[in-house]
Amino acid sequence: MSSFRNLLTGFMLLALAGGATAQRTDFPGIGRTATPKEIAAWDIDIRPDFAGLPKGAGSVAKGQDVWEGKCASCHGVFGESNEVFSPLVGGTTAEDIKTGRVSRLNDPSFPGRTTLMKVSNLSTLLDYINRAMPWTQPKSLSVEELYSVTAYLLNMGGVLPDNFTLSDQNVAEVQKLMPNRNGKTTAHALWPGKEFGGTGKPDVQGTNCMKNCVAEPKLASFLPDFARNAHGNLAEQNRLVGAQHGANTANPEAKSSVSGQRTVVGLAPKESGSPAKSEASPEAKAVQTLLQKHSCTACHAPAQKLVGPSWQDIAKRHSGKTDYLVTKIRSGGSGVWGAVPMPPQGLPEADAKAIANWLATGAARP
Amino acid sequence: MKDSSQSGSGRLIKAPENFLTSEGVRQVFAEGKRGRRDFIRGAFAAAAAGVSVSAAAQGNPVPSEGGDPNILQLPEHSTGLGQAVATDGYGKPSKYESNVQRRQSPGLTQTSQASVSFAPLQSLFGIVTPSGLHFERHHQGWWDVDPSKHRLMVNGLVRKPMVLTMDEIMRLPAVSRFHFIECGANTGMEWGNVAVPTAQYSHGMLSCSEFTGVPLVRLLELAGADLKRGKFVLAEGADGSSMTRTIPMSLITSGEVLVAYGQNGEMLRPENGYPLRLVVPGVQGVSWVKYLRRIEVGDMPYSTKDEDVHYVDLMPGGLHRQYSSIQEVKSVVTTPSGGQVLLDKGFYNITGLAWSGRGKVKRVDISVDGGRNWHQARMEGPVLSKCLTRFNMDWVWDGKPAIIQSRATDETGHVQATYRQLREVRGTRSIYHNNAIQSWLVQENGEVKNVQLS
Repeated sequence: MSSFRNLLTGFMLLALAGGATAQRTDFPGIGRTATPKEIAAWDIDIRPDFAGLPKGAGSVAKGQDVWEGKCASCHGVFGESNEVFSPLVGGTTAEDIKTGRVSRLNDPSFPGRTTLMKVSNLSTLLDYINRAMPWTQPKSLSVEELYSVTAYLLNMGGVLPDNFTLSDQNVAEVQKLMPNRNGKTTAHALWPGKEFGGTGKPDVQGTNCMKNCVAEPKLASFLPDFARNAHGNLAEQNRLVGAQHGANTANPEAKSSVSGQRTVVGLAPKESGSPAKSEASPEAKAVQTLLQKHSCTACHAPAQKLVGPSWQDIAKRHSGKTDYLVTKIRSGGSGVWGAVPMPPQGLPEADAKAIANWLATGAARP
Repeated sequence: MKDSSQSGSGRLIKAPENFLTSEGVRQVFAEGKRGRRDFIRGAFAAAAAGVSVSAAAQGNPVPSEGGDPNILQLPEHSTGLGQAVATDGYGKPSKYESNVQRRQSPGLTQTSQASVSFAPLQSLFGIVTPSGLHFERHHQGWWDVDPSKHRLMVNGLVRKPMVLTMDEIMRLPAVSRFHFIECGANTGMEWGNVAVPTAQYSHGMLSCSEFTGVPLVRLLELAGADLKRGKFVLAEGADGSSMTRTIPMSLITSGEVLVAYGQNGEMLRPENGYPLRLVVPGVQGVSWVKYLRRIEVGDMPYSTKDEDVHYVDLMPGGLHRQYSSIQEVKSVVTTPSGGQVLLDKGFYNITGLAWSGRGKVKRVDISVDGGRNWHQARMEGPVLSKCLTRFNMDWVWDGKPAIIQSRATDETGHVQATYRQLREVRGTRSIYHNNAIQSWLVQENGEVKNVQLS
């Protein structure tokens, strides 16, 4: 639009979605200039051309320490863990590093797709680790930790040697080793602009046939009977009234035709505050807030093991041991429940005590 | 008013109050909760004893005492004093609606902070998603951000990098527009085979709202952005993940992209990015950055984590499509749909939703025989660009198995494809952008199943 050249002239006519509207482009009194300090605090993105990359360096060896202290509890000691997130490392070969195409992406029998199999740009790893990791303390890594842990990740994937130091000086060279650096295409019609020279025309077009269109349809896929109730009772996931009610999937399916089971009824709603439901204790409720606030729920759940043991299991094993649990929460450790370490948690002592006391007295549900 | 359809067999069995004493009703509900359908049948048989056969065959028969006790015995709400105004300063849905919830798909994700909850499409009417039922997708947990402390920065290829408060953003000229938002991975679990039972889980990463905000181009003009060199914009969130996505400048200068604070007449909900989010009509939800804190104008795409590791579509041959963003023409029948039960033969309204990220929906066709023959559906107004469109079609079910499908065509002439057509080009491992025709099998017993056809 050529009228954008006249930005400073004040008024202009813009072709807007829904019709042309006179619209001013200056808004006196609104907004102020951002200070360099403010921009530095927020403008943290790192582009594929490495614009925005902080100056610094970090070694593979240092990265291993960072990894084991801050990353392994979710991603596994070798970046292979599937427990919390999809694996980061695995599935790439020395040949891929030469070609820049991960050949296993073409092998449907290969079970997963790791981050290193998919990622094309080193900048993507640096940018994301810097802005969003670790999971419960994003934006807390130092520049050296950022470089070193990225170097270690690539070392585990066989991209960088043990003695390597990654820095702002050699990122362009390392980019040339990324196993899937040539594995992306923008030749498709799914980008809403012309910037990438995509195809413009959709790749798959349906048919608008109206009569006698296909041969007799065959059922090719449906849920097996054992999965009938896998998403919970569907009768409780549909409105009580309406043209259709939810199927009661807690029971096996009715064999008869519809006229034989006219009496299907919707289930009663769960009454709020019904006497059968025990009153939530205020303490248990307050602790739930703390568990959320301090991101304990990233690794622990009420009844099942996630990364760490469940609240119930802890309550059983350490019943009555409030002081022990306070220490454990604040100092972390490993070996009690398995090899995956729990990092030390920097929460206030009072909060740790409230959580420990709740655990030591049975971890009651709110 | 006399009911002219009295003789039709398609009347629905309502809740059993029609048949039973209030004590019996309580017992039926209690037993039903325990899943004892046989008990319920017995209860009905006993209650209906003495009623003529023809009456029993109706969904709403006349009880033996000559009238419906719901009519003959005036209920408390007709004979007592109701509640006062402002009993609840922010009203909630009826307690009888508690089944209608957004829900997680068990086992889909291992953490609940980087996860999804699905909107209950099978229970919604019209085109607007109630804000409390809007689907959720969080990448590192959600927050309730103090709007008085929230700031938006505009920097990069601009003459004057700027900072704006919410007060200032809300002083700017506002627009309100209806748009759908769909996650790029919606229906992604179904690329290879049927994986989930209901429309909620197969298509529920879809919602539609009226969004209110400022066209992003206004803010770029205010900052003196270089709209020629600046072909791309990076949008960044303020949450832990600080989600980032690249937006094409051409879409922004069209005036479509909004910096929004309003949703369905109120502020955005915290789960949907309160107090500020980007609205990118027609484009997958991940680009609608929540808790929007920064806009950077640049001359190249950013290849962020959600553009290089996730939200990339794996094609046969091992290449990934990058920057795949548009949600193409798609539709789904929401009732009857998977996991529901048709209570009887007779009349039903087949209804559903159609949408396209390229503009308006032009027509919707419905098949009840697995795609052999199609009938044009009625499109209900309003039909808006990059917005959900509601469609309906009359149907009399004869009690025989039926396979219900819908097929949308948008104003560009793009016709929704079958699974076979999609897989021939894209294979089955794309995860993203599955816009195939959905099939629901209505069985003779009235239960509806999610199926795929060969």
